[in-house]
Amino acid sequence: MFVRLVYESFRRQKRRKILAGAAITLGVTVATAMIAVATDIGDKINHELKALGANLVVTPQEDSLDLEIGGVNLKPPTDGAFLSEADLPKIKGIFWHNNIVGFAPVLPVSAVIQHEGKPQDVTLTGTYFSKKVSYGNEDFITGAKTLYPWWKVSGAWPDDNSRDVLIGERLAARLNEKPGNTITISGRQSRIDGILSTGGAEDDEVIAPLSLAQEILGRPGALKRVYVSALTKPEDAFARRDPKSLSGVIYDRWYCTPYPQAIALQLTEAMSHSHAEQIRQVAQNEGAVLTRIEGLIFLITLAALFASGLAVSAAMATAIFERRAEVGLMKALGAGKFAVASVFFAEAALMALIGGAVGFGIGSALAHQIGHSIFNSQISISPVLLPVILAIAVIVTLAGSAMAIRRAVSLDPVFALRGEL
Amino acid sequence: MSYQARDLAASRAQAPHTSMFLRMLVRAAVLRRGRAASALFAMVVAAAVATAMLNLYVDVQAKLQREFRNYGANIILVGKDGASLPVGTLAQVDSALAGRGIAAPFGLIVARTADGQPIVLAGVDFDRVKQLDRWWAVSAWPATENPHLSQNQGEAGHPVLVGVRALPLVSAKNQPFDLSFQGRTLHVTPAGTVQTGAAEDSRIYVSLADFISWTGVQPSTVEVAASGSSAEVVAVMNQLAQAIPAADVRPVRQIMEGEARVLGKTRATLLAAAALIILTAALCVLSTLLGWVFDRRRDFAIMKALGASERLLNGFFAAEAAALGATGAVIGFLFGIGIAAWIGRANFHAPVVPRLGVLPIVLAGSMAVTLISAILPISLLRRVQPAVILRGE
Repeated sequence: MFVRLVYESFRRQKRRKILAGAAITLGVTVATAMIAVATDIGDKINHELKALGANLVVTPQEDSLDLEIGGVNLKPPTDGAFLSEADLPKIKGIFWHNNIVGFAPVLPVSAVIQHEGKPQDVTLTGTYFSKKVSYGNEDFITGAKTLYPWWKVSGAWPDDNSRDVLIGERLAARLNEKPGNTITISGRQSRIDGILSTGGAEDDEVIAPLSLAQEILGRPGALKRVYVSALTKPEDAFARRDPKSLSGVIYDRWYCTPYPQAIALQLTEAMSHSHAEQIRQVAQNEGAVLTRIEGLIFLITLAALFASGLAVSAAMATAIFERRAEVGLMKALGAGKFAVASVFFAEAALMALIGGAVGFGIGSALAHQIGHSIFNSQISISPVLLPVILAIAVIVTLAGSAMAIRRAVSLDPVFALRGEL
Repeated sequence: MSYQARDLAASRAQAPHTSMFLRMLVRAAVLRRGRAASALFAMVVAAAVATAMLNLYVDVQAKLQREFRNYGANIILVGKDGASLPVGTLAQVDSALAGRGIAAPFGLIVARTADGQPIVLAGVDFDRVKQLDRWWAVSAWPATENPHLSQNQGEAGHPVLVGVRALPLVSAKNQPFDLSFQGRTLHVTPAGTVQTGAAEDSRIYVSLADFISWTGVQPSTVEVAASGSSAEVVAVMNQLAQAIPAADVRPVRQIMEGEARVLGKTRATLLAAAALIILTAALCVLSTLLGWVFDRRRDFAIMKALGASERLLNGFFAAEAAALGATGAVIGFLFGIGIAAWIGRANFHAPVVPRLGVLPIVLAGSMAVTLISAILPISLLRRVQPAVILRGE
């Protein structure tokens, strides 16, 4: 009888059920989409923050002091210690290798360009443009192109295995060179593939494949610094503790959290005779920005959940209020308060489950769409979320109906049947 | 009939009509307090949520831009062809900024340590650097300009900030040490260390006054963190380039582009969220009001049976809806400003400024939603005979 009551109610009152069901579906859609966006936004914004450049730098351990003024290093390039290019792939072998978005080695050397017969001293920086690096059986493409999205090249990016170069825009204007021209750098012929504009010191430099810089310096396999861009977790008090003072399990927890410090330590371990450190300007501030945006979206998700909960409650209350006459009839036929209430609750729960499942599907699609159109990447929704969302939908629907059901069952059947309230 | 008589008749016909209309409106709200209150509640919540979201959407840019100023300078002024900037550049920059940002001068030279090692010495205004480059991890800032100290520093030496990589080279155990530049010697004492992970770690920082009096070199770089939108920053840049022709004014593209990107994505996400939430809130109002109006089909039928015209009925329900929408919107607006301010305080540690411009939008939106939800059921009921409704079928 109970099942038939519920079944007939769905069969006969399609309009009402569809209205209330639509409200539940929409509520769950919004909730699912917002929860999915909120859980993923940190990751997405973290990737966007990578546009600000590297947040870690690896330098030789026993290096002499830099003499950098205005982005130009006045130190003789042969001075100090070097890192080994052979160690570079090991960066992709550290514990947090999946968090390494990109890296670029740097080797600045002094070079001489022949300009209208006169020699000109310039800084030539060797780096990777877009180089394939293999670690184990994993291939990885990295270099300046991914690490420095604000570098603008008019012309083409040179190939890493060629001798072609990029030339900074101010230097190009001084030398009156165009892409496609050939220049003589320290006795070697190179083609200019593109003019580079960065707004920084690179505008006065020649940027060349790492191998060319090593050749000019006469030190194959050497490099001066590696800039690494890694996804990190905002630093907290635990992150700032000295790893040497931590013991056992606590040390493991520190080491296995993607703090800038922990990744720096792993980089130091990966490259021999090196010292990795966070670039505080980038590393410190990205944590702050990330925390703010995550907090904002979290609070807004709360607002969304509240709004959708309210919408569901309102729809359910309306749906039940309209069925006073039915309640009156049931009660007149001898049904107890409990029996009537259980019919309504069962209907509400059933609707919540159906609406919740449909809403979850639409919400996932919506989150996917948001991820695609705003961040150009996937927002993944874990299926674990489904039971959670369904449970929330049922609880909110039941809670939203409770008041209306209580009022409906406490009505005097006589008044309810006469339609007077 | 004279005009006066017609006027009188018109006003008589009008007077009870209007008061009746008002009385019906008020009684409808008073008699069914529960339903009216729940409809108003839904309206208030929806308006509050919409206000909060719109306010946040407008304000989040300013809030995040403030966060991004912690990244430091977004404009750099350097003397053309490596020359020093003319005296008074900083004052000109300050007047161009007019409080919308901070500027810090940097003078840089290569000095020698006692054993002949070259090292970069920078002259800075510590107070300004402290505000501009907040990411500097400094163990202790040197005491700022103190006239007593600078007259009596024979023993102690000028206080300096030493980069962590430079420290072991120049001074073991924080001992005072000597620097030389073009034959002159400066006796300095490390007051603290600075760590940034970049070029600063290899430098020594001295106060700008000491730097100029010792080297005779004027600052060659002024770093400027201009606040505001990217258009405002570009305006400041152009202004600076015009005011100081001796300087090369460059944007720090890395910062400006990264900022624009993150801001754009955040605002787009916020907009999507706001649209979803406002849609849900509007639906909540719609379903509550639909129920409320539908519930009153008997009132509707009685009015119709008593001879009310279609226009009057529509007007009545529309007026009711509009009153509800307006009341709800105003109360909701106040709540919404409160919510936005709270979110601002909780998340950005600064209240979100109430935008009065949001009020007309919320008001119009609320009225539109309430009108739709009032007129929709009426137009459905219009075709039904009052007798059918009154019989309860």
